[in-house]
Amino acid sequence: MSGHDHDHHHHHDHSELSETELRVRALETVLTEKGYVDPAALDAIVEFYETKIGPRAGARVVAKAWTDPAFKQALLDDASKAIGALGHVSRVGDHLIAVENTPQRHNMVVCTLCSCYPWEMLGLPPIWYKAAPYRSRAVKDPRGVLADFGVTLPKETEIRVWDSTAETRFLVLPMRPASTEGWSEERLAEIITRDSMIGTGLPKAAP
Amino acid sequence: MNGVHDMGGMDGFGPVEAEPNEPPFHQLWEGRVMAMVRAMGANGGLNIDSQRFARESLPPEVYLASSYYKKWFLAVTNQLVSRNMVGTDEIDAGHSLRQSAPLQRGTFTLDDISRISKRGSFARDPQAPPFFKLGDKVRTRNINPLTHTRLPRYVRGHSGVIERINGCHVFPDSAAHDQGDNPQWVYTVVFDGRELWGEGADPTLKVSIEAFEPYLERP
Repeated sequence: MSGHDHDHHHHHDHSELSETELRVRALETVLTEKGYVDPAALDAIVEFYETKIGPRAGARVVAKAWTDPAFKQALLDDASKAIGALGHVSRVGDHLIAVENTPQRHNMVVCTLCSCYPWEMLGLPPIWYKAAPYRSRAVKDPRGVLADFGVTLPKETEIRVWDSTAETRFLVLPMRPASTEGWSEERLAEIITRDSMIGTGLPKAAP
Repeated sequence: MNGVHDMGGMDGFGPVEAEPNEPPFHQLWEGRVMAMVRAMGANGGLNIDSQRFARESLPPEVYLASSYYKKWFLAVTNQLVSRNMVGTDEIDAGHSLRQSAPLQRGTFTLDDISRISKRGSFARDPQAPPFFKLGDKVRTRNINPLTHTRLPRYVRGHSGVIERINGCHVFPDSAAHDQGDNPQWVYTVVFDGRELWGEGADPTLKVSIEAFEPYLERP
């Protein structure tokens, strides 16, 4: 990273952002000089969150649950253990709970107090998940929130909202579209969106 | 604390607006802030609960008007300053001006990356068996501490049912204030929508929280 690139950036930033960026850089220099952090390790953290985690991990887990009834049961019994046993998927920690959508019940996940989210399964949360409109309304008017996402559910479907107020994390297991019979896990994973695993969306319609 | 961060059930914030193809970070500095906060947690400087309390403690008008990572930056700065790990004069100067504070686990280096790439465990040995069992009717206590708590206002004093017992975990209300792990049982407690929001509520709505045992009492 050359200083040149940074300078170039500065010219295009506007006042408030530049001010914040300068303060952030100052803090990083202070933390580095004090020996609290190594900047190369900070680079690696940024790279980790930009490239190593994301909703594909969750989609692979859901696709497997759709095609393997024993895995699905293990996932619902103890998601951390079931995903840990896969080995190749993101290292998920100890407190993940998978919740299953059915024709009778639709699950939706929120954190009203901050932004708790299953990073290892879905990556960093989108801005809307961390922002006031979603955090305030999901627990009171989830159907209104779903309407913002263009989703309408039958009026008799139970809506279950999980407020992530502790270190437990939730992964929604969406319903498999009927038109996907015989599909491979890889092909199924393509239609499993991030939002369908938060509960604010549904899997992409199969052709 | 009864802060503006405790948003469940508030009105007037408008529709949820999703950004298509949103990047992990919108500005370079956002990634640096996230990395610094994660590193200062992993090196033993600032635990997750104290980080949350620092964000909740931002003035309400700042909390509401600041972007997500701006809140992180303002809060971590306040925390580092109040713990005498960094001085405001040092941030103004852009350089360290005095000796550093000792860290539990030393400098965060490349060798420590594995500590942030796997989620830590919050489970701890219980001090006692769980007081409640599956299916028990419970009521959330009407507590209003000025300190950190994870019991949202919108459920306080309401009746629900124990649906899951999720283990015994670090108690944020203690850990945020450097009072140790004080492990407590965590339960999923489910409430009927009408119990929380009255007769006009969506009759198909059920809401659950993850409740630490000290938040609950028998109805």
